[in-house]
Amino acid sequence: MSLLQLAWKNLVNKPLAMMLSLVLFALGTGLIALLLLMQKQLQENFEKNLAGIDLVIGAKGSPLQLILSSMYHIDSPTGNISLKEARPFLNPTHPLIETAVPLSLGDSYGGYHIAGTTHEFLKLYRPQLSAGKLWEANMEVTIGATVAKAMELKIGDKFKSSHGFEEDVDVGHVDHLSFTVVGIFAPQGTVVDHLILTTNQSFWLVHGEVDHAHETDTTHESLTQHDHEAPLHSDSDTKSDDDSLEKEEHIQEGNSAALTDKSIPFSLLEEDESLDITSLLIKFKAHNYQALNMPRNINENTDMLAADPAMEINRLFSLMSTGERILTVLAWVITIVSGLSVFISLFSSLRDRRYELALMRVMGGGRSTLFLLIILEGLLLSGIGCLIGIALSHGAMQMLGSAMEESYRYNFTGMRFLKEEIWLIVGALVIGFIAAVIPAVQASRTDIAKTLTEG
Amino acid sequence: MLKAHALTFAYPGGKTMSFPEIHCQKGEHWLLLGTSGSGKTTLLQLLAGLRTPMTGEVRIGDTVMTALSHAKLDKFRGQQIGIVFQQPHFIEALNVEENLVIAQGLAGRKIDRNKIRKLVERLGMSHKLKSKTQRLSQGEQQRVAIARALVNGPAVILADEPTSALDDQNTHEVIALLEEQAQLASATLLLVTHDARLKGYFPKQIVL
Repeated sequence: MSLLQLAWKNLVNKPLAMMLSLVLFALGTGLIALLLLMQKQLQENFEKNLAGIDLVIGAKGSPLQLILSSMYHIDSPTGNISLKEARPFLNPTHPLIETAVPLSLGDSYGGYHIAGTTHEFLKLYRPQLSAGKLWEANMEVTIGATVAKAMELKIGDKFKSSHGFEEDVDVGHVDHLSFTVVGIFAPQGTVVDHLILTTNQSFWLVHGEVDHAHETDTTHESLTQHDHEAPLHSDSDTKSDDDSLEKEEHIQEGNSAALTDKSIPFSLLEEDESLDITSLLIKFKAHNYQALNMPRNINENTDMLAADPAMEINRLFSLMSTGERILTVLAWVITIVSGLSVFISLFSSLRDRRYELALMRVMGGGRSTLFLLIILEGLLLSGIGCLIGIALSHGAMQMLGSAMEESYRYNFTGMRFLKEEIWLIVGALVIGFIAAVIPAVQASRTDIAKTLTEG
Repeated sequence: MLKAHALTFAYPGGKTMSFPEIHCQKGEHWLLLGTSGSGKTTLLQLLAGLRTPMTGEVRIGDTVMTALSHAKLDKFRGQQIGIVFQQPHFIEALNVEENLVIAQGLAGRKIDRNKIRKLVERLGMSHKLKSKTQRLSQGEQQRVAIARALVNGPAVILADEPTSALDDQNTHEVIALLEEQAQLASATLLLVTHDARLKGYFPKQIVL
């Protein structure tokens, strides 16, 4: 029987005495672990999705809101900007800009945001396709892995978007065109997983803002007609998918104009200036003086807002970190109190066990044996408490994960273990050790003869 | 085998006690008689190396115990001296078998469960091997205490008033058991008591 086994049996023999210490340790370290897990995954989420974006340009409003809506898709957009204003940034020969991604936001399907954009978007996040192809024509969508899974969408499936970000059918664009899934991205751990990507023009089509200005005369006519006629095809108030399918088939058969819905979109540079997009994601060629001055120029000289994502996210983190720091301090206080509880329970157990300890000396155990025994009991208490805490925190993270996924557009998991958790265990063991030192010294100093005489 | 020479001891603030010469041969059984307060327990503790004498030396075999360092003394005691106390005490969290296993472990001996089983069988306690010690009767506890004193095959067995809490019947059994087991282990037995009932059992006696 090793000392460790003896220490374990001593603890198990008095379960109530160690309960408080265990619960406190589990509470303290569990809270710390949970904070670590959340902080790590949130930070990763924000950092991964920075994707090298240097600047976000959108309508005037809160810069943080602009960043959160355009990059993380967890807030409503600040408003729209006109193509006229955005156009200079989309110019491929712009001397400062390497990539400019136009975004049209504001619609969703099943709570998942639809983002109208160009293939430039892919240069930022570099997602891989797991099935199908990229969206090329209007009303075609390529969807993120999470969207595909959650909404059970396959290639060729059709759906209608709803206005806004609520999963509310009442505000659905029931009268409007259906999107067709043409591709699905592989899971990437970025916001792309949660997005439905399509063309900017699709937004205008859905919202009826455009009859497609660039169509040739005849198609222009017929498209307008088709849009107006569409409701007549169905007698019911709401159109089922079948209806819309029917409609599209019908149009495809009868009219080449139907192609306009699915036509290769024109470059935004050629679209009508009065049309709106939501924002622009900008990546600079180089971080030179001119590039650094660009946000100020935009903010001072235009009706648009330019926001630096890194700066805004840092500000957000510093806001969050205050609360987080308070919680962390609280968690450490609980952990230290649990160390104190280990100290008290070990110290008071010595009184009941002094004869046992003397006996161990009689049987050949040295002072160091008794010292080690008490230390081991302290380490066991803190170690087990810490492991329970970590297990609880991962369980909690797993459960919170699905709730948080909704609001953060990021897959949280409780199945990930961090390097910091090893330090947490080490920290708990150190506290357990320190708590056990005084009782252990006391135990090793047991006066055998006196204790045995007193019986 | 067990020798004590010119032992003196003083409690803090107390007066100095001197103890008679002790000279027990291997395998001999001795009774150390003394009234309460005569220092019998102190002498036993000196012999067991649980206290350090002011002067004099204790020798078991070729080893001068009083000259050993603390750590060596602890190990030596665990291996060479079996002690039976007036009140049998055990490690509460452990059962009978585990209490004997830990005695082997603490003395630095190899764990020998076979030996433990045989020993417990000899003492008629096989059926209580897995019992918690506090569930045993006083007499049973004393048997387990004897088993523990014997488990490491000690050269010397010291017994401190092992019968004072027992009735005549149990006293007889325990003494017989101690003598028998000491004989089997060819260990020197020294029994410290004020219990006059025991005088008849032991021809060799030291009176304090």
